[in-house]
Amino acid sequence: MSTVTDNKPNEPVVPNKLPVSKPSKPWKATPKQLLPDILGALGAVIASLVVVAFSPMAGILGFILTFIVVSIVTAASISGIRQDRKAAANSVATIIIYFLSAFVLLPVVSIIFEIIRKGAPGLSIGIFFDDMSVTASDAPLSEGGLLHALVGSLYVVALATIVSIPIGILTALYLTEVKGKAAGTVRFFVQAMSGVPSIVAGLFIYAVWMISLGGTYTTIAGSLALAILMIPTVARTTEEVLKLIPTDLREAGLALGATQWKTVALVVIPAARSGLITAVILGTARVAGETAPLLLTIGGNDAMNWNPLSGNNSALPYYVWKNFGLGTETGADRAWTGIFVLMVVVMIFFSIARVLGRKKG
Amino acid sequence: MHDLPVSIVENSNRTEVPEPREITTEPRFSDRVFRAVVSSGGFISLVVLGLISLFLLYEGLSIFRSEGLSFITSFEWVAESIENGTEAYFGIGAMLYGTLVIGFIGLFFGFPLALGAALFLSYYAPEWLKKPMVLVVDIMAAIPSIVFGLWGYFVLMPQAEEWAKLINKYLGFIPIFSMPGDFYTRSPFIAGLVLAVMIIPIITSISREVFAQTPLDRIQAAYALGATRWSMIRAVVIPYGKGGVIGGAMLGLGRAIGETVAVYTVLNLVYDIRPEIFLSAGGSVASLIVNKFGEATPLELKALMAAGFVLFIVTLVINFLANAIIIRTVRKE
Amino acid sequence: MNNEGENEMSETKTNSLASIASARTPGTTAMGVGLEARSVHAWFGQKHVLSDISLDFYAGTVTALIGPSGCGKSTFIRILNRMHEFIPTAAMAGEVLLDGKDVYRAGVDVTKIRLGIGMVFQKPNPFPSMTIKENVLSGLKLAQVKINNADELLEDCLVRAGLWSEVKDRLDQYGGTLSGGQQQRLCIARSLAVKPQVLLMDEPCSALDPGSTLRIEETIRDLSKTMTIVIVTHNMQQAARVSDYTGFFLSDGGPGELVEAAPTSHIFSNPKDKRTEDYVTGRFG
Repeated sequence: MSTVTDNKPNEPVVPNKLPVSKPSKPWKATPKQLLPDILGALGAVIASLVVVAFSPMAGILGFILTFIVVSIVTAASISGIRQDRKAAANSVATIIIYFLSAFVLLPVVSIIFEIIRKGAPGLSIGIFFDDMSVTASDAPLSEGGLLHALVGSLYVVALATIVSIPIGILTALYLTEVKGKAAGTVRFFVQAMSGVPSIVAGLFIYAVWMISLGGTYTTIAGSLALAILMIPTVARTTEEVLKLIPTDLREAGLALGATQWKTVALVVIPAARSGLITAVILGTARVAGETAPLLLTIGGNDAMNWNPLSGNNSALPYYVWKNFGLGTETGADRAWTGIFVLMVVVMIFFSIARVLGRKKG
Repeated sequence: MHDLPVSIVENSNRTEVPEPREITTEPRFSDRVFRAVVSSGGFISLVVLGLISLFLLYEGLSIFRSEGLSFITSFEWVAESIENGTEAYFGIGAMLYGTLVIGFIGLFFGFPLALGAALFLSYYAPEWLKKPMVLVVDIMAAIPSIVFGLWGYFVLMPQAEEWAKLINKYLGFIPIFSMPGDFYTRSPFIAGLVLAVMIIPIITSISREVFAQTPLDRIQAAYALGATRWSMIRAVVIPYGKGGVIGGAMLGLGRAIGETVAVYTVLNLVYDIRPEIFLSAGGSVASLIVNKFGEATPLELKALMAAGFVLFIVTLVINFLANAIIIRTVRKE
Repeated sequence: MNNEGENEMSETKTNSLASIASARTPGTTAMGVGLEARSVHAWFGQKHVLSDISLDFYAGTVTALIGPSGCGKSTFIRILNRMHEFIPTAAMAGEVLLDGKDVYRAGVDVTKIRLGIGMVFQKPNPFPSMTIKENVLSGLKLAQVKINNADELLEDCLVRAGLWSEVKDRLDQYGGTLSGGQQQRLCIARSLAVKPQVLLMDEPCSALDPGSTLRIEETIRDLSKTMTIVIVTHNMQQAARVSDYTGFFLSDGGPGELVEAAPTSHIFSNPKDKRTEDYVTGRFG
């Protein structure tokens, strides 16, 4: 309300003070304000059901499509009537973004659900103690096992790790500690290496190991192929970790008269220890599930092979692939069980990496 | 007071700035060794990448020489047969085309979903939902491709065939949706859907990172002018992050192009270009390699190497462009 | 320096500020109260950052808010145009009345509030993806308001912001090509296009050179004839030059308080509160 006066007051009017209140958030929508939205949502569901019942739109797909359209129309109307056009546009955008996000989450839910549903029946203690060397491929699930694949996986991943750790860490050290003139080039190549398709990595090792060097399928060939995929992950994550180590630490070491390599070895690396472990485990999680490179390098095997340097070997992804390729129902069942075990392994690595990563931060 | 040394008196009248001294250090021997070891470790990635290109090119060279450009353009893949006395023709044209088709179908479905999820996580999601959802997206990125392959074959494909039939029923007049017969299994459409799910995590991550860098003062300026959340996003976030998001999409495309086992299970390889995406006929260079590898003749093997080389180069170029775009977006403001 | 010398110096300082302040003719209150804050409190989570701020802002005047940094002035003006709530832990209490109605009342369209209460920020932030013309009219685009005479409005806003003569030939160039002072005037023009009743300015000149600062102060004086202007500033000379009323904020480690509010010349010539006197004479802050 305007107060018309001719002369300005000496002080701004200090109006009656309200009693001191508690902190509040008046901008948060109250249930009363949300009522039209809730009713609108319910209305949309009911309207969609009606449309589905009386029109050619059928099944779950029909319902979902109808629901999306009806929701958009409802939201736009509510906002348009309550406020104005721009609010309606805002509501439509909000609804669409919510739907898109929900659809993003669906596949994961479905995958995990199906893995448990289809893979669990084949699980038994026995599969962890047996291989497929004496079991016919169409024998029932109670016979045979995947120990050979599990052990093969552990072998091939472990060897890949042994190759990747030094190279990955040295690369990261080059980028953060030595910072040579070629650092930009190296970083670029590491980036490029992370884009190499997994089958190309397998093809390369095949070209070198089998064709040029005349070798045969072995575990170590597979490890080398996996290492190509693992090194960029280890290098990049290690670089991030090393960059987080404050320069004061390095300067402190150098100021004490230590050489650079001593500073790195005795100060920087211990400080980054858990981050380095995280980098390695992340790399491991990345390659534990790779299939294509192994198909070209390790040859597959139904029996255990403890020798990494000679003889075919199997791995969990290979086991899944082979059983799927049989085209039989028992084959499919075994494949799903293999996937179950593989996912557990990958998720264990994944979780360890996350827990370690969080502790550091 | 002593007389000041003459040189100081003289110098105080000068206005010259001395040349900077050259400081050199002779690194100790142990450090030189250290630098050498680290540098050689660092250069391994250059070496490996160079070797990959070299070996694949070397092995495939004879094929490139004999087929020439038709290796990329021709559709026939015939291995030589000594009994039949037939000559070999190798052309990955159909496979290249098919690879791009399923890649773009993957982008078509995956990009809007990923962008929506990224916007949701950056600007709409309540705090309690953010962390779990980011976790789900990260899990999605960790799932091995063979899992997608089997899930795609056993779970998604039956559903997707229904969807394809539906689209064909109502929109079949459009060439890509038409069907010459009832052959809906293992089509580019389904492969594209599987790829879409696989590339969502990477596009979402990069988009989120780009959005996080949007200058806050611009966002505040938009809100201070009375913008709604969506009009702010349109006015500030999207113009700023356009490049980065597109770069992310390209990285997703690069990933999709190189996918092997996830596509192999849900795609029927056919050496021909057909426009119908619901038809059980498609191509993928990576799947071709896996398909032919088991029983390849020596010459055919070289052709597979050549195909791998082409795949390698294409992926490299796409990734390089994508990274360049992303870096330029984040750097320019 | 001995005590006497200090007192002499501060007296001179106060006198000169007061003389600057009284050298202008302040606006009248004939247009009534533009904006009122009633017992405003602010929190970030549990931290109480503003306590019981009550202040009237009169239409047709400029009110300066002065005080040491960190005592909540910026938080306060962000409560006025409902920008405070963007911070997840933010909470508030009290009322802010625009035309007598609380901007925080239930059911209010907050985007409309922000159209009525505009804001100019410390660092000029024109939209780089838009041309100068598009920048000025961006508020209308964001509000999805269609008008018939866009070019007239464009010229009017740029004239009032004191930028028209410099950019009239390059309206289709991008906003980033302007100098800092010009960018800030562009931001002012942008705020004017949506015809706000109140314009809040958060240290609008602190990132600019003295020449641009004086130009903008002229603009502020002109604008105040038709609007209510609230300006947060660290620069007491600026407050003396530009404002009709001044409010002094202070925090002693706890929540910020409004120590004193009065016509500017009074604040600088004979402040009622000793803390105000200490601040304006430069004893701290």
